[in-house]
Amino acid sequence: MDTTSTHRLTSHAKTELQKDAYILRQLVGRDFKRKYRRSVLGIVWSVLNPLLMMIVMAVVFSTIFAQGRNGSITPELYPLYLIVGNVTFAVMSDSTSQALMSIIDNSSLLKKVKIHRYVFPVQKILFSLVNFAFSLVAVAIVMLWFRIVPTWHLIWLPVGLILLMLFCMGLGLLLSALTVFFRDIMHLWSVVLTAWTYFTPIFWTDDYIKIMPHALQVLMYGNPMYSYLNFMRQIFLWQTSPEPMTVAMCAGWAVVMLVLGYAVFHRLEHRFILYI
Amino acid sequence: MADIAQVADNDYSIEVDDVTMIFNMASESLTNLKEYFIKLVRHELFFKEFRALRNISFKVRRGEVVGLVGTNGSGKSTMLKIIAGVLEPSEGTCRVRGNIAPLIELGAGFDPELTARENIYLNGALLGYTKEFIDANLQGIIDFAELHDFIDMPLKNFSSGMVARIAFAIATITEPDILIVDETLSVGDVFFQRKCEERIRHFIESGDVTVLFVSHDIEQVERICQRAIWIEKGDLRMDGPVGEVCEAYRNQFR
Repeated sequence: MDTTSTHRLTSHAKTELQKDAYILRQLVGRDFKRKYRRSVLGIVWSVLNPLLMMIVMAVVFSTIFAQGRNGSITPELYPLYLIVGNVTFAVMSDSTSQALMSIIDNSSLLKKVKIHRYVFPVQKILFSLVNFAFSLVAVAIVMLWFRIVPTWHLIWLPVGLILLMLFCMGLGLLLSALTVFFRDIMHLWSVVLTAWTYFTPIFWTDDYIKIMPHALQVLMYGNPMYSYLNFMRQIFLWQTSPEPMTVAMCAGWAVVMLVLGYAVFHRLEHRFILYI
Repeated sequence: MADIAQVADNDYSIEVDDVTMIFNMASESLTNLKEYFIKLVRHELFFKEFRALRNISFKVRRGEVVGLVGTNGSGKSTMLKIIAGVLEPSEGTCRVRGNIAPLIELGAGFDPELTARENIYLNGALLGYTKEFIDANLQGIIDFAELHDFIDMPLKNFSSGMVARIAFAIATITEPDILIVDETLSVGDVFFQRKCEERIRHFIESGDVTVLFVSHDIEQVERICQRAIWIEKGDLRMDGPVGEVCEAYRNQFR
C-alpha cells in the first residue's frame, strides 16, 4: 500500500524518513524517561556499574595475568584495557538483547498503528548510546585516576561508534525478526552472549591469546567484536589512530551484518502481525 | 500486482481491489524452536487457514461518507485495519490517498508512565505530525480534551474516558483526508460524545474529508452516512445507498 501525502497539509512530515526520525526520537525519549525518571540513582548507577565491573575484573584477572607475563600491558594500563573492552562489548550485548524483544514488546502498537516495523529494534540500538555516554564518564574517571591524558585520536570515537551501531542494528533486526517466530531465541541468545564474552578478548591480553590453541586464536581474532574492541582500545589506550585494517574490518562487519539483518527482517516482517 | 496509478482514478481516496485476508490458525500456537523441530520431525506441522475477508472490492470517492455494517466477527475491523495500513492484505491491493486519522482504537501507542503532554507528542509523532505542528497546536488539543491542570500528570492516573478524549483531540486537531471512526464515540460522557460528533459532522460538511464509519447502531449509520457497505462473514454482501443497505441488513434478522 502506498500513501501519497497531499500538498494541502503542512501538519504532517514531508517524507516517511522524516516521520520515522521523529518517531525514533520520541521513542528513545520515552525509554530515557522510563528508565531515569524517579530514580536519582539511575544515572549514577549507569556510571557506577561499569566501574564496579572493572574493579572486580581487575582484581581477579590482574592476579592471574599481570604477574606472569606483562610484556604488552603494564598493571596501570590493565584497568583501562578492561573497562574500554567492557563498555564497548556492553553496547553490543545490551542493545541486542533489548532489540530482541522489541517487536514482541511493541505488539500492541504494531497491531493498532501504521508504523514501520524496523523502528523498534533500531530504537533500542540507539538507546544503548545513552548508556554508553554514561559509561564514558566511568572511562574518564579511570583515565583520571591513572593519570592517562587523552589525545586527539579520540576524534575517531564517533566513527567507531557509528560502525558498531550499524553492526548492532543488523544483528538487532535479525534477532527481533526471528524471535517473533521462535520465542526461545531469547533464552538461547543469553547463552550465546555469555559464550561470546569469553571468546572476545575483553579480559584476555594478547600475550595470553598467543599461547592459546590455534582454533581458539582464530575464534578470538576472527570474531567481529574483536575488531570493534581493538578500534576503541587503539584510540583510548594506545592513543593512536586506528589501523586501516581495523577500520576496514569494522566497516566490513557492519555492512555484512546490516545487509543480512535487513534482508531477513524484510522477508519476515509481513508475517509478524499474525504471530504477535 | 495492479500497482500502477491511474490518473483518472485520482478522485478516489480509497481503492480496495480484490482484497483477501488470510490468517493462519495454528491448532496450537507454535512459537518456539523446540516444539517446531519436534513437529517438523513428526510431520505434524499443520496450519488451518482462516479467511477473514474474501475478494472484497470497493472504491470510495473523496468526501464520501461511508458506513460499514455487519454482524460481529464479519471482518469489518480487519477491513479498517487494512485501510489504515496496520494489516497488509494477503491478496489484492489497497490504495489510500492522503493522510488518515484512524480513530480505531483510541489511545493505542499511549504510554501510561508518561505524562499527558509527553503522550501527545509521542502519539503525534506516530500520526506523522511534525514537532512544530504539535507545538503550535498543543493548546488546541488541551482545550478540546479539557485537560488543563492535568497536562503534566502521568497517564496511568487518567480514566479511560479522559484517555479517549486526548486521543480524539490529537487525531482530529487537523482536518485529515480520511477519517476512520470505529465505535469510538461510545466512550466518554454524553457531553464529550456530542462534542466529537460535532467535530466529525464539521469534517463531513467540509466535503473534503472521506469518512469511514463503523457502528452497530444502524440508526446512527443512517443518520450520518450517505452510502453503506455490508460485509458479512468475510464477503461483501451489499454496497449502495445507506437506506437500502440498512433496510436489507435489518431484514436478515426477521
